[in-house]
Formats: sequence, structure tokens, C-alpha cells
Amino acid sequence: MAMKLHEYQAKDVFADAGIPTPASALASDVDGVVAAAEEIGYPVAIKAQVQVGGRGKAGGIELVDDEDEAREAADTILGMDLKGYHVGQVLVEEAVDFTDELYVGITMDRGAGKPVAMVSTKGGVDIEEVAEEDPDAIAQEHIDPSFGMHPYQARKAVYDAGVDSAVARDVSSVLTTLYDLWTSRDGSDAEINPLMVTDDDEVIAADAVMNIDEDALFRQPELAEMEEEAASGDELEQKADEYDFDYVRLEGNTGIIGNGAGLVMTTLDLVDHYGGEPANFLDVGGGAKADRIANALDMVFSDDNVDSVVFNIFGGITRGDEVAKGINEALEQFDEIPKPVVVRLAGTNWEEGMEILNEDLVTVEQTLEDAVQRAVEYAAEVEA
Amino acid sequence: MSVLVDDETRVVVQGITGGEGKFHAEQMIEYGTNVVAGAVPGKGGQEAAGVPVYDTVDEAVEAEDADTSVIFVPPAFAGDAIFEALDTDLELAVAITEGIPTQDMARVNKRLTETDTRLIGPNCPGLITPGEAKLGILPGNIFADGNVGLVSRSGTLTYQVVDNLTNRGIGQTTAIGIGGDPIIGTDFVDALELFENDDETEAIVMCGEIGGEDEEEAAAFIDEHVDTPVAGFIAGRTAPPGKRMGHAGAIVSGSGTGTAESKISALNDAGVPVGDTPEEVADHIEEFLS
Repeated sequence: MAMKLHEYQAKDVFADAGIPTPASALASDVDGVVAAAEEIGYPVAIKAQVQVGGRGKAGGIELVDDEDEAREAADTILGMDLKGYHVGQVLVEEAVDFTDELYVGITMDRGAGKPVAMVSTKGGVDIEEVAEEDPDAIAQEHIDPSFGMHPYQARKAVYDAGVDSAVARDVSSVLTTLYDLWTSRDGSDAEINPLMVTDDDEVIAADAVMNIDEDALFRQPELAEMEEEAASGDELEQKADEYDFDYVRLEGNTGIIGNGAGLVMTTLDLVDHYGGEPANFLDVGGGAKADRIANALDMVFSDDNVDSVVFNIFGGITRGDEVAKGINEALEQFDEIPKPVVVRLAGTNWEEGMEILNEDLVTVEQTLEDAVQRAVEYAAEVEA
Repeated sequence: MSVLVDDETRVVVQGITGGEGKFHAEQMIEYGTNVVAGAVPGKGGQEAAGVPVYDTVDEAVEAEDADTSVIFVPPAFAGDAIFEALDTDLELAVAITEGIPTQDMARVNKRLTETDTRLIGPNCPGLITPGEAKLGILPGNIFADGNVGLVSRSGTLTYQVVDNLTNRGIGQTTAIGIGGDPIIGTDFVDALELFENDDETEAIVMCGEIGGEDEEEAAAFIDEHVDTPVAGFIAGRTAPPGKRMGHAGAIVSGSGTGTAESKISALNDAGVPVGDTPEEVADHIEEFLS
């Protein structure tokens, strides 16, 4: 999927390509914020560097006029919890006087199977809301990836959106640069919202979004280095990154482990169907060996919300004997199993797996439906 | 009868000297698939899985009359490998590889509009005509010959549903895994059309999942063009918005598109019953066939 750059990282990428951005500096403590603000000159914006939308509304962006205000805002924002994300860094940025706020963006239109360039004069607000309430306000131009964006397409999108002719040329130029970046950097999304228009008809990127296709990071070494820095979020989700699992933490108490995205999703849905609540999505992927299976159990056990675990494997390239070995390894280290585990094995080598599996440590069910129902019952017993 | 693949299909395996490629080429041959060659640049003249290896797909076609390719090339080179298959005018290319950069697939997607070669995948388990041939990584032993066509975005979910069918003595004409990526070759509509035009296929199972609008488009197509009875399943009913469920394509966006509800109601409106569980899907199919 996508690796999200922080605003400051995306702005560096945009600025290097020639897109105008406000003067700014990164800071991680109050004195650093003040020093940066003095350097840039008040007023400045202090902006939390976290990967969530709606930072402004959530109190993560403050406009300040002097040192006192800067200290107060920096003290509040640094270290705050913004929609579950810890704020460790802020961008201190020149405040721009603007007359208009535009939106420009490039993304992959999966339905069309090709990139699309978008321009709107309704910048500065959530563009998904604009798309829903007033779709005509966003001009769209689909691009043939074998030719790239023709110059006329950039102009057309800008004129179709109704951008003021005084800045049309500059906005087209920003859009063209954005598309070039999107292709050369393997972007999944590249956006400027807002692209501010000043009273002397300059355009300047006041925000920057750049998401990179994770599958292409192998050929984007410079951006891959930023990944470490950009990573943040739930502790368990970070642990899943280390183990290289597809993992999503949810709110419920029935832990779920399986192989293959569609089947794991189905297992979640069945937990819900039988009256339980899924605690997570965990896909061990194809061909998992014993150690990976043990890691998966460790992951789910370390979620305090989990009261029971359903382990559902339908082997194609994953082998039942490896799965059974992994489950034994993970469970035999405990004097007492921390949470009841229900196992269902099917597909490749399931019989060999059943011979190996230590049935004193787990509950075995033959079908997916039975396994899920049993795990939901166990979870309900623990809750009661 | 079957669709796309049978015991006449002549297969070249791209990437046959790699670990995955070799293992699955052997598995395919063991199942009875007519694998005639491998293609790996720099490995021409060697032998792998008991078949000759050529440097290019073109040579494999010239020498062994291959008409279908199965691609096990690593993601960085897989886009190029698909282009090679398309430019060689094969009938069918099946890309198993997971993790191909999306922009590479956008270029492939453009090329697909100009060629007659059909692409299945990428990031898919492949397809199988039970008792005749399998192209890909599906475990052959769970399938049985019969009259149900199956098309699915997910590999292991396919196995689950097939298992539910086979256990009741309901076999399959062909099962196709179309893949979980945002940009794929053959989609639900293409597969449904193939099954609709196949005389042996008496009922169809369609397994979708959250994300994108392919299931909605399929529902509209079924409503207009498909007389064969279809039963559906949609994975991801409990997926929260904004969280990707494993597959790159399986995400409900912030604006609420691609939800399970939207897909289920579109299918229901087209007269397609959607099971709450894989067992219920098998119930519907049993009913259609009785």
C-alpha cells in the first residue's frame, strides 16, 4: 500500500523539484521552535508532524504572532496525543497571506486503471467532502501512463476548474511538476491542499502530501530511508511491522490469525456473525514456516484485549505440519496457556499437521464455522 | 468443457529456475498440466522441472509452441515479464507475483487495450480446470470436476469455498483467482462472461471483497447479461474505513466507497443471493443445481 511522508519530508521533495513552498524549519522542543520562528520572522504557523488528516481541527496547528504565543503553542502541541499519534516534531513555517486556496493532486484512479490529475478552486478543506458534495468543483484529467501528462492536459484541468487566469500558468506548472514527481518517485498520491494564491498572484504550497507505493520502495532508496522516520502509530502495529505481518488492530476480544487476506477477512466477518467481536486482522501470508506462526501467536497474545484466539489455516503453499510445529513451539513455553486457542487446519499437509499438533494445548475444530463459534464462546466465557 | 485452460493448453513458465517457479512448475506438471517450457533470461539451454528453458518467451513459443504463460518473476521484474508475454501474442498470461509496483501495472493496463492476450492477475493464485490443468499455485487436491464456475479476488478464500462445495460432491468447471490488486487484467465481468458462454457451467460462485467498485459493476453485468444462476460472497463486512485488509485493493476509503453493504445490496438487486458464511454459499449453489 502506501508509505506516507510527513509534511516536512514531502515539502522538501516538492521544493527540490521547484514547487514554491514557504520558509520553514523542523523543531522538536520549545526553544527550537522559538529559534526557528525568530529566524523566519513572525507570524509563523506551528504544525504537528503526524500522519493524520484534520490536524488543524484537532488542535495540531497554531498561528502565532510573537515569542510568548510561540512558546505556549509549542508547549501544547509538542508531546500531545493527536488522534492516537504522539507529536514529536513540529514544522515552524512562515505564515502566508493569501487571497485564494486551490487544490491540486495526482492519484491512481483504480477503476480506470490510470492516473488522474485533479484541480479545484475549493482548496483548504477536505477534498473528499468536496468530491461528495460538489463533484463538479473538481476538474479531472485522466493521463495515459505511456505518454505522461501532455501540457494541454495540465492547462485544461486548470481552466476547467476555473482558476483565475492571472495564476493559470503557474498552477499548470505546479501540476506538471507534481505529475513528474508522482511518476519518478512512484507516488500513490501527491497533493497540495491548499495551494495558496497571494495578493501579488504568486502560488505557494502551504501543505504537502506525498504517499509512496510501498511495492516500489526498492527503486526509491532515498524515500525508503525516510520510512523509518515516518513510521509511527500503535505499538502492536509497529511490532507487526517488525514481524512483517499484515496486521490491523480492532476493538474486540476474539483474536484472529489466518493465511490470505480474503480468508482472514472472512474469519473476522464470521466472528461478528456468531456474536463475537474481532480483536484484529492478522495475515501470516503464504508459505509461513513454524517460527512465523509462533510470532503470530506472540503478537495476538500481547494484545491485552484478546480473550481467545482462532487460528484458521487453509494451506495452499502454507503447510499444515509447519503450522502445527509453530503452534506447539509458541504454546509449549507456557506453564499455563494465557488465552484459549482454537485451531482449524485444512488444505496442504493438514493430516500431517494434525498428527504433530499437541492437542492438550489447543482446541481443534474441523470446519471454519465451528472453529469461529468455539472461539467466540471462549471469549464470552472470559468476559463473563 | 471449461474456460481458458484445459489439457491442450501449452504452458511456458516465466521464472521457472527460481524457487517458487520451479516448485510450482513441478506441482503443475504433477497435476497433469501440459508445461512445455520455461523462460528465464540467461538460462537458455538449461533444463528445469524436466522441461527445456529458453532465454525469451518468443523462443519458447517458436520451439515448443507454447500458447500460455504462468509468471513467477520477482516483483521488480514482473511488469517487464508481463509485457514480454503480451508482446509475444500468447493467448493467456497468468501473473502470480505479488507486490508489483502500481505504476508498472498502469502501463501494463494500457498495453492490454491493444492486445488480444488475456491477463489473469497479478497477485493471484491462478486458475484450474479440475482433472485437466492448473496454472498457478492452487492446491489441486481440493478441486473436483463438475458444473460450477468460480471466480474470486482471494486465493485462500477460494480454497475455503471450493472445499465447502467439493465436500458436498459439487465439482467445478473452472476456478479463477483474479487477484487482490487495485489494477488487474481479467475482472469479474470478464470471468462471468466466460462462464455464461460455457455450456457446462450451470451455476457460478463469485467471491468479492471490500474496496473498489468491481463487484458493483459485476452486479450490473449479471442483471443485464447473465442467465446462469450466481451466488455471491463478500469478505470484509467488519473492516473499518481507512484500514487496508491485507490486499492492496481491499480498503474502504474515507468517503465510504467500496463497502461490503454497497456490494451486497448491488448483488441482491441483481438477483444474486449473498451468503453470510461460505457454507451458505454452498447452500445456494446446491439449490441452483437441484
